[in-house]
Amino acid sequence: MSKTVIQIKNMCFSYGSHTILEDVNVSIKEKEMVGIVGPNGGGKTTLLRLMLGLLQPDSGTIKVIGKNPEQASSRVGYVPQHREFDPLFPVSVLDVVLMGRVGKKWGGFFSRDDKQTALQALHDVDLYDRRNSAFAELSGGQRQRTLIARALASSAELLFFDEPTANVDSSAERNLYKLLSKLNEDLTILIVSHDVGFVSKYVSTVVCVNRSVLIHPTSELDGQTIQNIYGKELAIVRHNHCCSEKGHTWVNS
Amino acid sequence: MGEFLRDLQTYTFLQYALLAGGLSSISCGIIGSYVTVRRITYIAGAIAHCTLGGMGAARFLQKEHAFPVTPLQGAVAAALLAACIIAWFRKKGGQRQDTVLSAIWSIGMAIGIFFISKTGGYNEDLMSYLFGDILMVSKNDLILIAILDVFVVGMVLIFYNQLIAVCFDEEFARISGVKVDLFELLLLLLIAMTVVLLVQVVGIVMVVAMLTLPAAAAGKLVKQLWQMMAAAILLCLVCTTGGLAISYQPDFPTGATIVILAGAIYFIVLFIKKWR
Repeated sequence: MSKTVIQIKNMCFSYGSHTILEDVNVSIKEKEMVGIVGPNGGGKTTLLRLMLGLLQPDSGTIKVIGKNPEQASSRVGYVPQHREFDPLFPVSVLDVVLMGRVGKKWGGFFSRDDKQTALQALHDVDLYDRRNSAFAELSGGQRQRTLIARALASSAELLFFDEPTANVDSSAERNLYKLLSKLNEDLTILIVSHDVGFVSKYVSTVVCVNRSVLIHPTSELDGQTIQNIYGKELAIVRHNHCCSEKGHTWVNS
Repeated sequence: MGEFLRDLQTYTFLQYALLAGGLSSISCGIIGSYVTVRRITYIAGAIAHCTLGGMGAARFLQKEHAFPVTPLQGAVAAALLAACIIAWFRKKGGQRQDTVLSAIWSIGMAIGIFFISKTGGYNEDLMSYLFGDILMVSKNDLILIAILDVFVVGMVLIFYNQLIAVCFDEEFARISGVKVDLFELLLLLLIAMTVVLLVQVVGIVMVVAMLTLPAAAAGKLVKQLWQMMAAAILLCLVCTTGGLAISYQPDFPTGATIVILAGAIYFIVLFIKKWR
């Protein structure tokens, strides 16, 4: 029986008087691949930040690997959007990956072990040959893989992705999926995305966030569900995948 | 140039000046690189201008009340205090950061001018605070510069990896367990100390130039932060030594000559990179 790695109970969060998340109950098992979807402003990034311990809930509890998020966060590998980085920052690919080791040390230089772990992580994401390149010279997909390697180098048990398909071309997206399913053999993976297409194609469980939270197995994700999450005005255009046994469902307002 | 080399062998003030330039170049190159990649020039500017308050107050106490403090010590105190205040506001949030920095910048200067005007004697010191007077560096100043230098270099050697992680991606650093607020404060304190060193060399008004121009030029030439620091130290050395040598015989203002040299190097590097 696989154990529960994330347990959220009756959790509420608001910015001032503006309620973002209401009575959220989520339970995620070890080695699951979970997609967190929902409309912009629906609270999915907030949910991610709560699970990382960067925000505190108003009420209810969040347990990550049985601990409070701040205490567990060193066992969580966070992969932010690659576009947010300063293209002029002078770091090599290996430098970036080594940053995954920094939180484990009080100071001083990197040990041989640290370097070995970082190089192994670069192997895993297939960027070993680019280890001495400048981070800024890489393509979007390569930068993303560098950030994944950084998360892996921190010996994380859970990986959290923030919008992994944003600003990545379709071939990089396929490679990303291949990499994710390989990593999923050992790690629990959470993907925050507005890209329902990517998520429903690849992940096993979908957490739908729009103030309240609903959990579905991917097979149940059909037009009606998506419409319920996103509201009536949405038209699903992207449909290059098979989303349910009923086949393709077009929803027009 | 010949006169400079000849006098260098006889006059201790010139030797001290050369040494002060060299020592401050080390901190300047290292901390300037952090300031440049973290894009916090404006913070360095606020701390620099704020030191006038400390210098003015210390000089007032020294001259009027015979307190055993020197303006340089006053500058250290003011810079460190300013760094703590800025770090506190950055952590707390909720205020417009540029407003806070402008307040520290101008209030510090106002306090300085207030005390200087209330201190008897000539006010020629004010000019040397604002525009630097590397030729007036005393042995005691030199010792303080060396101590600050050793501290800055030591801290950066020990915490290089933490500081680069915080500068590159604060959020990831925080999640992976780095004490971000602590290292942010450390960085600001190191900036404050470096600012004090540079006030001696180029003066309050031109500190920002020395923190950014050599580091920015160095950043164009290298791929990694430590390489940027090494190259920036070298360029700082070229500027301080070159500026001192060029300005000596024709009696140019030394601080200004150093900064013009740094500016020239920056734009030359920029153009070379652009045209290649």
